[in-house]
Amino acid sequence: MKKNLWKSEGFKSLIASLICIVLGMLIGFLVLLFINPAGAAEAIFTVMKNFFTYSRTSAQLKYFGSTLVKTAPLLMCALSIMFAYKVGLFNIGASGQYCAGICACLYAALKWHWGWLPCMLFAILAGAVFGSIVGLLKSYCNVNEVISGIMLNWIILYGTNMILSQVKETTSPYTFEIRTTSPEAILPSLGLGKLFNNNIYVTIAIPLSIIMAILIMILLDKTKFGYELKATGFNKNAARYCGMAEKKNTILTLAIAGGLAGMGASLLYQTGFTQWECSTSSVPGMGFNGIAATFLGGLNPIGTIFSSYFIQHITAGGAYVDKTMYCSQISDLISAIIIYLCGFVLFLKLAMNAIVSRREEKEIKKSELENDKGGIA
Amino acid sequence: MNMIISSIPTILMIVAPILITAIGGMICERSGVVNIALEGLMGIGACAAASTHYLMEAAGCGRYSIAVALLVGMLVSGLFSLIHAVASINFNADQTISGTGINLLADGVTIFASQILFHADRTKEFKVGMVVDKLGLYPTAYIALVVVLVAWYVLYKTPFGLHLRACGEHPAAAESVGINVRRIRYIGVGVSGILSGLAGGCIVLTQTIQYTSNTINGRGFIAIAAVAFGRWTPLGVTGAAFLFGAAQAFSVIATNFPALKVIPAEWFNMLPYAITLIALIVFSGKDYAPQASGKPYSGGAS
Repeated sequence: MKKNLWKSEGFKSLIASLICIVLGMLIGFLVLLFINPAGAAEAIFTVMKNFFTYSRTSAQLKYFGSTLVKTAPLLMCALSIMFAYKVGLFNIGASGQYCAGICACLYAALKWHWGWLPCMLFAILAGAVFGSIVGLLKSYCNVNEVISGIMLNWIILYGTNMILSQVKETTSPYTFEIRTTSPEAILPSLGLGKLFNNNIYVTIAIPLSIIMAILIMILLDKTKFGYELKATGFNKNAARYCGMAEKKNTILTLAIAGGLAGMGASLLYQTGFTQWECSTSSVPGMGFNGIAATFLGGLNPIGTIFSSYFIQHITAGGAYVDKTMYCSQISDLISAIIIYLCGFVLFLKLAMNAIVSRREEKEIKKSELENDKGGIA
Repeated sequence: MNMIISSIPTILMIVAPILITAIGGMICERSGVVNIALEGLMGIGACAAASTHYLMEAAGCGRYSIAVALLVGMLVSGLFSLIHAVASINFNADQTISGTGINLLADGVTIFASQILFHADRTKEFKVGMVVDKLGLYPTAYIALVVVLVAWYVLYKTPFGLHLRACGEHPAAAESVGINVRRIRYIGVGVSGILSGLAGGCIVLTQTIQYTSNTINGRGFIAIAAVAFGRWTPLGVTGAAFLFGAAQAFSVIATNFPALKVIPAEWFNMLPYAITLIALIVFSGKDYAPQASGKPYSGGAS
């Protein structure tokens, strides 16, 4: 029984992810100890507890809802990166595609007063366009997708600032409040908000993102297209030899990945949870955190749901750390440490594979030896 | 014409750090490790240099503090780059992911260090940074020149350079003739870390008066693009760094021309990245990257 468990890929991914989380927490704890030993244990528990710091159930529910609201876009970004990674592409441009999605949905909502669905589709389109640009450059101009993705991130960021300046308030760098300016662009709640103690930001965005995760899983595991993509990721040359259109698949993959990231933007910004600041000087971190969520989730769509939630959980939890003892950036640092360790999930899995196969080899040899002995006797 | 000559010092000021970083990145990739963490390493170097310079200035030993600040920046960032070295050389981790992780970590660490030292999310402003010489040039221009020349000499004229290039092209072959691939790759990553730290220090001591989270602002990534665009050779990388640096300088200089003020500032901010991207597209084609760059080498087994 135990042996079978160690052979299962999913179990190994889970263990690897858990080890990374524990290690991250441990290092974070050591850093806290270094700064102020008095409150280290309490602080790390606060980060883990997040909304459980509130004693009333109603408040707990409300802030649980807020954490979920922020999980939806992260999940979409993580799906975007995971989807591209399955084909052997590193979509570091997800941040930019996410940013393009913000630009598209906010502009459509605040300037043209579109409904929520057209706004979302527009955001998806914007993300997909920039995703496919990266794909085109990769397949026809041999430009590395990491470099072109990063350059596009900056171009899109400044473009977004410029375009959204047209729909910003005159006295502040923030865009108009979407809830008052164009309420028709707000995603419908369908009574979900009531479940979370009337948290108005809880909308269909959350179930929608989970449905997308499941759809992506079906696409990857159950369709011919998904099979081709994975084959290209495993061995590009073999896939080409089998007649799979490698270039077309590259472009299509990045277009879908971009669309997912763009949709993530719409899922956050069309709830009215935050506004865009038109003087932003760095690309939104959502796409970068998505990288961590992807690997922490073991490159599995369902695992990604939980890892995205976990990352938002500790990020939100960092806000409750005692500010008299630690500075407010401590939460960012701890999540950065965990995120860095997430990169090692794959490494841990490889190491586990090696150990398991070595053990198997030993057992086979042992049984062979015993067989030999039996033969002699 | 006068305008162009008068803007040469500005261009050199902006080109120098990009060039220094790009040379570091080139050496690192030539040894077979892709270092996408240049951006974060520059930030760490800049933060360390700015803090050191401020503290020494406040303590009254401003005379030597520029040199010491640069050295501290190089040291801290060099040590930080070892994380990437361990991850990608010993643990065979995905180098792009490790690099991205360091970039994220650098953001947290620098702000965090400023919090501890200065109780703010940035370092305190120092009074005097580097000073210009008679020609109006900052010393960084000369530092960059030295770095390029030394890099060229070491890479092409010494046995060590040959070993390093061999490790990036065919590590198994290099190992078969007795070269310690891991050691060489450690040196490659370390050098890129040290040079990124130097460049970060150069930026903070010439272009601004303190370190903030926006000090580096994508220059590390532009340096990475310069490595690819310069086709992994010192001369090519120098040319690419000049092109991209000039584009960046243009966005600074453009504010001096009244005729260009009508155009929103965002266009000029976008320009360096757009030019970098267009240059990569126009001059794309054959893959000139070192053969084994980015691929982990587990040694002996193959």
